[in-house]
Amino acid sequence: MNAIILLLNYTIIPALSYGSQLALGAIFVTLIYGVLRFANFATGDMMSFGTMFAVLLTFYFQSLGINFGFLPTALLTIPFAVIMMILYMLSIDKFVFSYYRIKKSPPVVLAMVSVGVMFVTQAIIRIIIGPFDRRFLDGEKFILKATEFKEMTGLNEGLTIKSTQAITIVVTVIVVSIMFWFLNKTKTGTSMRAYSDNEDLALLSGIDPKKVVLLTWVIAGILATVGGVLYGLDKSYKPFVYFNNMLPIFAAAIVGGIGNPLGAFLGGYVVAFGEIFITYAYKKFFTYILPESLEPNSLMQLLSTDYKFAVSFSLLVIVLLFRPSGIFKGLRL
Amino acid sequence: MKQYLNVVTAYMIMFTLIILVGIFQSWSQALSILNYCLISAVMTIGANIQWGYAGLINFGIMGYTALGGLAVVLVSVAPVPEAWKAGGINMIGSLGVVVAMIVSIRYILKNIQKSKKRNYLIAGTIVIGLLLIRLLAGPGIESIEAVDPAKTGFLGGLGMPILFSWIVGAFFAGGLAYVIGKIALGLRADYLAIATLLIAEIVVSIIKHEDWLARGVKNVIGLKRPVPYEIDLQTSPWFINLVEKFNSGKLKVIGTISERQDVLKQLVVDASSVYVKLCMAGLFLTVVIILLIVTQKALYSPWGRKMRAIRDNEEAASAMGKNVVKEHLLIFILGSAVVGLAGAMMVTNDGLFTPGSYRPMRYTFVIWVMVIVGGTGNNFGAILGGFVVWFLWVEAAPIALFLINFFTAHLPETNALKVHLIESAPYFRFLMIGIGVLLIMRYRPQGILPEKIIKQ
Repeated sequence: MNAIILLLNYTIIPALSYGSQLALGAIFVTLIYGVLRFANFATGDMMSFGTMFAVLLTFYFQSLGINFGFLPTALLTIPFAVIMMILYMLSIDKFVFSYYRIKKSPPVVLAMVSVGVMFVTQAIIRIIIGPFDRRFLDGEKFILKATEFKEMTGLNEGLTIKSTQAITIVVTVIVVSIMFWFLNKTKTGTSMRAYSDNEDLALLSGIDPKKVVLLTWVIAGILATVGGVLYGLDKSYKPFVYFNNMLPIFAAAIVGGIGNPLGAFLGGYVVAFGEIFITYAYKKFFTYILPESLEPNSLMQLLSTDYKFAVSFSLLVIVLLFRPSGIFKGLRL
Repeated sequence: MKQYLNVVTAYMIMFTLIILVGIFQSWSQALSILNYCLISAVMTIGANIQWGYAGLINFGIMGYTALGGLAVVLVSVAPVPEAWKAGGINMIGSLGVVVAMIVSIRYILKNIQKSKKRNYLIAGTIVIGLLLIRLLAGPGIESIEAVDPAKTGFLGGLGMPILFSWIVGAFFAGGLAYVIGKIALGLRADYLAIATLLIAEIVVSIIKHEDWLARGVKNVIGLKRPVPYEIDLQTSPWFINLVEKFNSGKLKVIGTISERQDVLKQLVVDASSVYVKLCMAGLFLTVVIILLIVTQKALYSPWGRKMRAIRDNEEAASAMGKNVVKEHLLIFILGSAVVGLAGAMMVTNDGLFTPGSYRPMRYTFVIWVMVIVGGTGNNFGAILGGFVVWFLWVEAAPIALFLINFFTAHLPETNALKVHLIESAPYFRFLMIGIGVLLIMRYRPQGILPEKIIKQ
């Protein structure tokens, strides 16, 4: 029992919340890739851009004395941040990406252009908010504290659930289910999928490409902002870290099969669980489940935590080697 | 001659800019910019070989640069005998295990038919090999890292001349490129970009965290130099005489002898740093010129035409009997080796190896921007891109500061907006580079100096 709680506390819950954050980013990447057909290297910075507004608005709301009870104020600011984000994305699309789309440039050119967008976005963020580390979490920090849990159950191991972890998982489930409902059950969503599957046929059947592109940016903006804010609440907001997060997000999107939202969603969790399970030190776990004579004397760690990122990238390399189209190929809701 | 006019003009403008920096800021500053420009130029030549000649996207430049830097440490640093005594045998043993693993996997691949059994055998070999390595290397690493951790704590290098490490760096990077190429080259363009980016991250994180190899994030400082040290120069009479001769006019004006001595001392200190940087610049320039000649020759040889054919139409080239896969792998290795050479040059120039500083922003994306801005497929263009972008990257902050001051001149010094803008002046470099890329991609996608196809 202790062993299970131990695993739950140190691996499963953190992996679930980290996985949700990655999953939102990965769906963002995959949507852009599926509909607009390029690998968006500005992903991390776009998430950072949305989060920046949430952070600034949180500080503003706090100065006005508005709060959200025991929930973090940042949740209140998400709608406003999303609107700013969508406006930014649409203007970028109008001034930058649409030109290449109409010209039907190869995806490589668009990827390069997104590198340019990445530079500009990074500059704007750093000029507005600076490169510093910012914490904007307020409200209750914990739902369940280790000591309370120990008292409740009488076990040796405590279980801590941070409120940010719970919020992350709940919000992700809500956002993602609405998105899947939209993509699969509504007519507009179906037209989006049709456009992503076969552009020519979709155009022939009278789907308005402008509307599809617009919708893609809107959905992408929501996902990016929500994912970014959740990550920032859980850890902290630092532009550089967001840029680096682009890498595991890409790994998740490819592991799940790029262009496939459900695959990307699951890919996020695969990457997160892979990272955390492989770098976790199992020594304590084995002392609980094995008899005393067999107790391990090393840390029982497959790889040191320094290699956290490296694990997800190796995962990606293995997937690329054996199943370049992702492990969830053809999976549909 | 006329067709080279735009090349000559572009380079003239660039050198004038650097000379202007020398006049207005300082010669030492101008020369450091020039040195970095030359190093960037080598990197862009490498990236241009891959992207411009063959259309391969390699976002792993950071990894090869870091590997080139690692080569400098492994070749030029003096070996640490205590560390070798403490854990050398274990490390050699683990290396033996790695070799045995590779050999046995090759043996299995060759001699057993494709089946489930083969997969299990390979997986088993890898698992057993990894366990053996852990058992062998674990205690070895611990005892190596325990040897005087503040100063060494690593195996050290071979103690060979540093210039030799440039070649080794190129070979290291080429070797890595061979492995990556085998894994990833079959992928579609944007997949390849992502895969190389992530593999480079893996390489850098290994260099960062394996302290026994090159001290990891603890950095290796005080590397050897192929050029004289400032301190030695400042005490050598011929150098002091040289400085005196150069500045005789300035020195004559000063009356008293003691004052003259002081001024001369200061001049010697300044001149020594300039002299060292000039020597470096000479070395780098030699490398750039050799590379330029070789790449130009290659580009306009039958081989270069073949590469362009493969780039422009893979299927047609393949139908004509060209081995596309082999050529792609070759060019991937060549380009990466050049980037590795640049990495080694950079570490030599800095005199220190700091694995923590290898970030994709600076070592992958900026280099790509250089290639795109300069002109893909044109070696002169790629080098020019290296110069222009690096110059902007360094001088963006002063330029931004000047512009901010100019546009907010009417505001008082304490104005919140003005203070905030001045504080964030360093970040305008991202803005300038980003907008530069977007403009170039839109209005001049072929770059400042576009590719020239000479019809023979």
